[in-house]
Amino acid sequence: MSQEAWLTAEVAGPKKASLITKPEIADAMIRQAKRPVFVVGSIAAEIDLEEKKLIDYVIAMAKRCKIQVVATGNTNNEFLKRGFTPDAVMPAVDIGNRLTDPKWQGVDGKGPHDLALFVGLPYQMGWTILSGLKNFAPNLKTISLDNVYQPNARWSFSNISIKSWIMNLEAILGKRED
Amino acid sequence: MGTKEINISIKEIETEIGNIKDLRFSVGRLAQETWDEPQGPTPFPSMSTLRNWDLTLLNRYKPFYLPFCDLCCLCTYGKCDLTGDKKGACGITMPGQQSRIVLLAACIGAATHTSHARELVTHLIEEFGADTRLDPGGLNIKVEAPITRLVCGMMPETLGDLETVLDYSEQQITSLLACTHTGQEGNPFDLESKVMHTGMIDHLSMEVADIAQISAYDLPKADPNAPLVDIGFGSVDTKKPVILVIGHNVPPSVEIMDYMQDNELTGDIEVTGICCTGIDMTRYSPKAKIIGPISWQIRYIRSGIPDIIVVDEQCIRTDVLDEARALKIPVIATSEKNCLGLTDRTGDPPEEIIGDLVSGTIEGALILNPEKVGVVAVRTAMQIAPKRKKEKKGIFLSHDEAMEMAKECTQCRECRRACPNDMHIPDAIKAFSREEPEMLQEIYESCVGCIRCESACPQGIPIHSLIVAAGEDTLRNESFKLRAGRGAIQDIEIRQVGGPIVLGEIPGIVAFVGCANYPKGGNELAEMAIEFANRRFIVCTSGCAAMTIGMHRDEDGKSPYEVYSGNFEAGAIVNVGSCVSNAHISGAAVKIASIFARRNLRGNYAEIADYVYNRVGAVGVAWGAMSQKAASIAAGFWRLGIPVIVGPHGTKYRRMLLGRSDHDEDWYVNDTRTGEKVYVGPVPEHLFIAVETKEEAMVMIAKLSMRPNDTSRGRALKLTHYIDLHRRLLGSMPTDIHRFVRMEADIPITMKEDIVAILKEKDWKETVIPDPTLIPKKEAAP
Repeated sequence: MSQEAWLTAEVAGPKKASLITKPEIADAMIRQAKRPVFVVGSIAAEIDLEEKKLIDYVIAMAKRCKIQVVATGNTNNEFLKRGFTPDAVMPAVDIGNRLTDPKWQGVDGKGPHDLALFVGLPYQMGWTILSGLKNFAPNLKTISLDNVYQPNARWSFSNISIKSWIMNLEAILGKRED
Repeated sequence: MGTKEINISIKEIETEIGNIKDLRFSVGRLAQETWDEPQGPTPFPSMSTLRNWDLTLLNRYKPFYLPFCDLCCLCTYGKCDLTGDKKGACGITMPGQQSRIVLLAACIGAATHTSHARELVTHLIEEFGADTRLDPGGLNIKVEAPITRLVCGMMPETLGDLETVLDYSEQQITSLLACTHTGQEGNPFDLESKVMHTGMIDHLSMEVADIAQISAYDLPKADPNAPLVDIGFGSVDTKKPVILVIGHNVPPSVEIMDYMQDNELTGDIEVTGICCTGIDMTRYSPKAKIIGPISWQIRYIRSGIPDIIVVDEQCIRTDVLDEARALKIPVIATSEKNCLGLTDRTGDPPEEIIGDLVSGTIEGALILNPEKVGVVAVRTAMQIAPKRKKEKKGIFLSHDEAMEMAKECTQCRECRRACPNDMHIPDAIKAFSREEPEMLQEIYESCVGCIRCESACPQGIPIHSLIVAAGEDTLRNESFKLRAGRGAIQDIEIRQVGGPIVLGEIPGIVAFVGCANYPKGGNELAEMAIEFANRRFIVCTSGCAAMTIGMHRDEDGKSPYEVYSGNFEAGAIVNVGSCVSNAHISGAAVKIASIFARRNLRGNYAEIADYVYNRVGAVGVAWGAMSQKAASIAAGFWRLGIPVIVGPHGTKYRRMLLGRSDHDEDWYVNDTRTGEKVYVGPVPEHLFIAVETKEEAMVMIAKLSMRPNDTSRGRALKLTHYIDLHRRLLGSMPTDIHRFVRMEADIPITMKEDIVAILKEKDWKETVIPDPTLIPKKEAAP
């Protein structure tokens, strides 16, 4: 496992993501969070994880872990097809911008989010938005749940195989009841 | 404006202070005033003249910084870590540094267009004379240079007048660039204001370049029926000698075509172009052919079809000589800005240069004289072509060759990790090695031709050539029609559409411009253009985007330019021309304020920008924006109050300019009728935003076309498009409709029930439609 950016040239700065070496790390962070939010990009509906798509894991996780969901790009369509209604639909940079505002009361208007989980954005778009949050949202924890290393998140998987990714996602889900 | 250079020479004069002999002096230029419009408040503005206007915009659209690098390495104190709230050795912060880099990029872009314009104007003055009249549209255009009139407060009449404009541009860019020096400007908002100033200068220089070449070379003069020309690899007759020209600055290409014409060779040789030189060549002669946008360089060179390559400036691969060398294609460099390491042969007789190129004694030559380029390129192509075609140099990898190479792949994934679009190249190559080419063919459709995959491959597999081999049938069938760039918009067209645009009854002007770094291939761009033309927007386009839109077929095999009108009217697709023709799009917005609304244009930037911002529902889309020029072009639109959408790669421009729809206090305007402040909602919601997918882009275009001045009828129409696209492409009703409905009459009749329910839920309250302005009364121009 290494802290090596998935796209080779997108090297990290001095401050880079810690590795999620086991699913318990992500699980604990989600449990500790009071107001987590999922930012889900369009690629979530394209990635096959054996019989499921990545978006199916996101829906299960959002339900089980009670995480609010922001659909970016045209991901809302894919959520709705699966009978799941996201809490907000907005461009990825718009939610990113709001997360840097300590006064923003969050997707539901009930207070600032303390954890943002990113998944399914185009790699470099995720990279740059997470960079914005790393630099300008000091009170927000961020996790990338993609199977590639996102150096600007607070926590990220390294570049892992699909099989390992599924095991990690299943493990996070497995510890929760529906 | 009519200017004269005053040169006084005195042979001998006796004065009280003595006898003076052989005195000569020049007093530059004397303006001969022929424009009776009163001068506005800001002719030839300096960097800070329009700062208040910029800050007004920036307070509404604050930067959201997306650092692409956490370090600064511009001076020897560095590298400095600027992460979070750290400061560099000079005291600069991360926001300051990001805006500083944006300013640097914008300066590079504006300098490039300005230098391009300067070379062009200097050359045209040498060839045609400084007194050559500017004529970008014959009798159809009286406002010949709207940006120049607006910014400089002068009315240029001749090529010589344009030198005054370029003097100003060059001075401004030098000062703007100086602001990026260590220990100079560090305030992010002031740096952003300077970015906007740079963008304004960029549009000024682009306008100079295009009206100069239109006038001197007799390119289409605001002609909506400019000829349909050939575009695509498949349109080339490969049996003939083939010349390839790459770049942006057209004089060498013009000389090539003139030489052919003068020597009755026009039908004997194919002149083909890539990037904006290709576009401008076809504006000069419809017999020239465009191969495609910037991303077609490698695939076309490696085909071996070009017998000679001529490069001018901008957006040319810097390894063009390496690629050409591999196939023994001679290269002629024609610009001081891009010498390629070649020996300067400008002073040598053409016969000697041709002899050396044909024999292969030299791999190329630098020739800084367009006329000589014409002779050498044509005659070299004619002499070298029979031999090259006999040897079949280049041509694509055969299917079997490509297959064998694919088998060398070790699936290390370095190619995918180098691909800007993270494409599944290893899987595709593996499938290809099993004689399943479909995945690699799909990659051909999306590939931006950067060949980083090849650089990364430890096996040395020519991956791009494999991709092209898989897509060869598609490539060979690329033969489409593109409407040659028409240039400016006619005054009469502005009069006809000005009212419906300002009232919102034409739902918007959407300009698809910029480079070809598309996330999922070019078809998405064409599909967007067609969607908005069908929705009766005025669709404008230029440069690589214009080419990409042309490289698309409908069910009847027709390209969009064969289907849609080239008039500046609702439901049209209007190709204005090359990169520098972008100034006609911003110029059209300015002309709406001037010709339709009769606002004074002269040196009156802030008032006109305020008018455009509040009334003209124009949106720019640079779906594949890549270059620094794209950065400065976008900045020129922002200052004029026109929002710009970029594709997902656009976040690498380091910051967005985003509005906050939830901050009601941000969305008040002054009502000039009552003097009251009125809430108008977040229109337009953002000034610069990157979106993720084509679907999201289309919804955003419709949303950003709303303006405070829309009549109820116009707003209802715009809301219909926004809601319809949101429902169709994003799957649901938008949740922010209440922010865009000002009164019940704004509600689209066919959606009334749904919208009224939403308004009730949101506790919506009716407001008024003001006569909107962002400029406080005391600042408004008299």
